[in-house]
Amino acid sequence: MNTFEVVDLNLWYGSNQALRDVRIDIPANRVTALIGPSGCGKSTFLRTLNRMNDLISTVRIEGSVLFNGRDIYAPATDAAELRKHVGMVFQKANPFPMSIYDNIAYGPRVHGMRRKSELDTVVEDSLRRAALWDEVSDRLKKSALSLSGGQQQRLCIARALAVHPEVLLLDESTSALDPISTGQIEELVGELKKDYTVVMVTHNMQQAVRVSDHAAFFLLGNLVEFAPTDKLFNNPDDPKTADYVSGRFG
Amino acid sequence: MDARISKGRRMRDGMTKGLLYASSLMVCLILLFIIGYIFARGVPGITAELLSTQSSYVRDTIGILPNILNTLYIVLVAMAVVIPLGVCAAVYLNEYAVSKRLVRLIGFAVETLAGIPSVIFGLVGMLLFIQMLGLQAGILAGGFTLVVMVLPTILSNTLESLKTVPDSYREGALALGSGKWYMIRTVVLPNAIEGIVTGCILAVGRIVGESAALLYTAGFGLVLHSFMTALQSSSATLTVALYVYATERGQIGVAFSVATVLLAITLLLNVAANISASKLNRKEKVR
Repeated sequence: MNTFEVVDLNLWYGSNQALRDVRIDIPANRVTALIGPSGCGKSTFLRTLNRMNDLISTVRIEGSVLFNGRDIYAPATDAAELRKHVGMVFQKANPFPMSIYDNIAYGPRVHGMRRKSELDTVVEDSLRRAALWDEVSDRLKKSALSLSGGQQQRLCIARALAVHPEVLLLDESTSALDPISTGQIEELVGELKKDYTVVMVTHNMQQAVRVSDHAAFFLLGNLVEFAPTDKLFNNPDDPKTADYVSGRFG
Repeated sequence: MDARISKGRRMRDGMTKGLLYASSLMVCLILLFIIGYIFARGVPGITAELLSTQSSYVRDTIGILPNILNTLYIVLVAMAVVIPLGVCAAVYLNEYAVSKRLVRLIGFAVETLAGIPSVIFGLVGMLLFIQMLGLQAGILAGGFTLVVMVLPTILSNTLESLKTVPDSYREGALALGSGKWYMIRTVVLPNAIEGIVTGCILAVGRIVGESAALLYTAGFGLVLHSFMTALQSSSATLTVALYVYATERGQIGVAFSVATVLLAITLLLNVAANISASKLNRKEKVR
């Protein structure tokens, strides 16, 4: 089962082409890591999966991205509805300047949940899934900005989970965190793949090896190789992949 | 050698410091003098009768209650129109407008508008609202004129505070499947509220202190009206009344009393502004 099927995806920022003929099938309930040097297009690619690139007015896209068989760039697709199913956690934790509770309840409220009892359940459930409940259950009304960096990032994961997505996109979500917080989030990702499809961009090769089932190597806007993580790191087909994963460039 | 350099430098430092000190002292003294002088000449004339009645030729008494109320009315009318207009326009320009050229053009127009002397707004207001649209000189025509005058204040303050809301908040909300307007309502505007409130208070300050723009549009009437009547009848605000009493009737004492009341209102507004700003600020952090 594939969650995403991407066919001949091309993307331009103005006249600058950032993705070239990308073809990839992202399997469901697995962790897929996107690796490659800075500027290779991996974050851009991640953002095509929930149409966050729509926010940039100069972006032009060709090709198709099928999510569960439906073309998300078809005119009939509602980007807001898509993002309900494809959640995203950003590089820098971006909790809203509201209470912890209101942060988690934000998504469910967007989608019309009003009853306090329902919201309470979702908030607790999401925080538990993000392994944050024990740390914050006694101060849900406190500002989310009072949490530490690692806690804020797990809060953002919980916030994304609260709308019950099928997919979680992580855009270098641990790059600003200390090793312990990073470890907690990696462990969490391992747990989450039971219920979610996870696609993560990472600069950290060890992290890709530790966490992901599949890995895709991007270079200069091209998808060079996509394979099970073991194979990509130990026995890649493409010499460029071999050079990158062995640390010869990038 | 070393000692001499440091001595010269110390002297220069001392002189600069002295100069700066003298400037700030001067500013304080001028301010204190103005406030003190107005209060000294105005306070003795302030009586219960002055504050709670209207002027009467028959009884030969002077009262500024109509003018206090007119000031209040015109603030209400102008703000009720200008807040939605200015905030919505700023939201459109910052959140929706695609053409950066249009935004720059409007920004330039707003800056120009802000630099025009207020008497010109008065003339334009008279032509537009009274001659073309057929309104009577009164609170409505005056209020609309003030809307045009303070629109740049509200617009640019709102725009500036919208720009300070981090894009990561917008992305975060959209990534959760929020629609654009919901995102603006729940994440962008609440985080820009401080700047909006500051703009409003500045605008109210300008309205309370405005006279030139109102001479031809709100009129010189010193008669007590109800709110609904005042909208369409000649109604002098405190500043216009000050002008009338000082120049037309030669009642300098009354003019100073009016000035005292104006000063007190301005002071009150500033205190209110500070309190509300710090309250909003605190709420923001606790929330």
